[in-house]
Amino acid sequence: MEGSIVAGLITMDDLTNEQILEILSDAERLLPVARGELYLPLLKGRILGNLFFEPSTRTRMSFETAMKRLGGDVVNLGDVKTSSVVKGETLFDTIQMVDGYTDIIAIRHPRQGAAQYAQDAARVPILNGGDGAGHHPTQTMLDLFTIQQAHGRLDGLKVVLAGDLRYGRTVHSLSHALVRFGCDLVFASPDLLRMPEEIVSDLRAHGANVLETEDLYGSMAEADVVYMTRIQKERFADEDEYARCAGAYKLHARHLEDVKQDMIVMHPLPRVDEIDPTVDKTRHARYFEQAFNGVVARMALLCRLLAVTVPADVHAEGGAL
Amino acid sequence: MSNEHSMRRVTAIRNGTVIDHIPSGQAMRVLEMLGIGGETSVPISLVMNVPSKKMGAKDIIKVEDRELTQAELDRLALVAPDAHVAIIRAYSVAEKLTINLGEEVVNVVRCTFSNCITTNLREPQAHRLRVVERDPLQLRCHYCGRPQDLGELSNNVL
Repeated sequence: MEGSIVAGLITMDDLTNEQILEILSDAERLLPVARGELYLPLLKGRILGNLFFEPSTRTRMSFETAMKRLGGDVVNLGDVKTSSVVKGETLFDTIQMVDGYTDIIAIRHPRQGAAQYAQDAARVPILNGGDGAGHHPTQTMLDLFTIQQAHGRLDGLKVVLAGDLRYGRTVHSLSHALVRFGCDLVFASPDLLRMPEEIVSDLRAHGANVLETEDLYGSMAEADVVYMTRIQKERFADEDEYARCAGAYKLHARHLEDVKQDMIVMHPLPRVDEIDPTVDKTRHARYFEQAFNGVVARMALLCRLLAVTVPADVHAEGGAL
Repeated sequence: MSNEHSMRRVTAIRNGTVIDHIPSGQAMRVLEMLGIGGETSVPISLVMNVPSKKMGAKDIIKVEDRELTQAELDRLALVAPDAHVAIIRAYSVAEKLTINLGEEVVNVVRCTFSNCITTNLREPQAHRLRVVERDPLQLRCHYCGRPQDLGELSNNVL
């Protein structure tokens, strides 16, 4: 089925709920390709420009893997310290150049609004891979995929988001998306790292049921998803503030004794010590699958933004490696 | 008290601009947004809190020997979207200008968020803020999405 056109993905507002579900369905069908069990070069001849102006492991590598699994190619900005950015090139000029070299661009930038800025400057579609403390919609798509895999649905779930909700862009994008599917949200964070007021009021304006608390462990009993995040040292200007928040939550297997059987623990990774390794072996741990899902979700997004249809039967179209 | 009477609280000007129907108490902010006052050498008359049939109370500004430009009108729209602006030449109203606060304010103010991409002033694309609330005025940066009000923005006039 041919999906409707998506010009770029800067925030989750660029996708309708229907488009989200279609893309998740495309991702589901692409799983054997992501796993390397099937060769399906849907993006052969296409080039992705990876513009990562700040460090990234999973996002950059999963974009690259996604493109290559689909037969496409990737050019990287490389280290910002050795690129023309260090010579003072504006983002506008960088985008003009890469726009000419590639068919689609994934961008991560420390400045908020950089992805929208790039979208306005570019001819090719832009995928926002994280802009400052702003949005990270491709992460949201893989998070939604992971939740749907576990629960078979997105609507009406109770989701606890915990840790750094102030600076954590993954939780900003994810909250907006979950509310659109009628999920109830609990925001568990130290007071200093509460979800920004404008986001909470936006969510409530959309009819969301949102509870804010510092008590993570007390809010997990009814949860379908507990989404942990790292307290990001690099986002603090003040060392003392960081010291007061670091280690606020350390989820241990013993905290999971009274939770729902099918509750899943997620984390965008990397983790520091907010999830103890004892959780890894429990039925609840889902963060490593979640990281893998980054590939398949981004494969589906690349196809959608390049207006390439994912076949209904990938096995009929694909071949052996 | 009639409008005529309010206007005549200060002397009529020969050439310049009269800004009438400014929300009461906002005249100083209008001058600030327009960058008029302080080191400006032209005479400025200011009347505040005069009775108005339409508004209850209003402020009026008369700026001599200066005609507002479109860019200045765009800035004025943020503070006083319903103000009336008249260009005066030889003691007569030569032109009536309309103020229009649209859906988006382009290249009038700069986003106040210190980590917005537009804080790099070498970036050439337009400064764009969407109007999300009109009363009280609230804008959102088109790029970073940060909400901001007039109090924050008055220091960021372009």
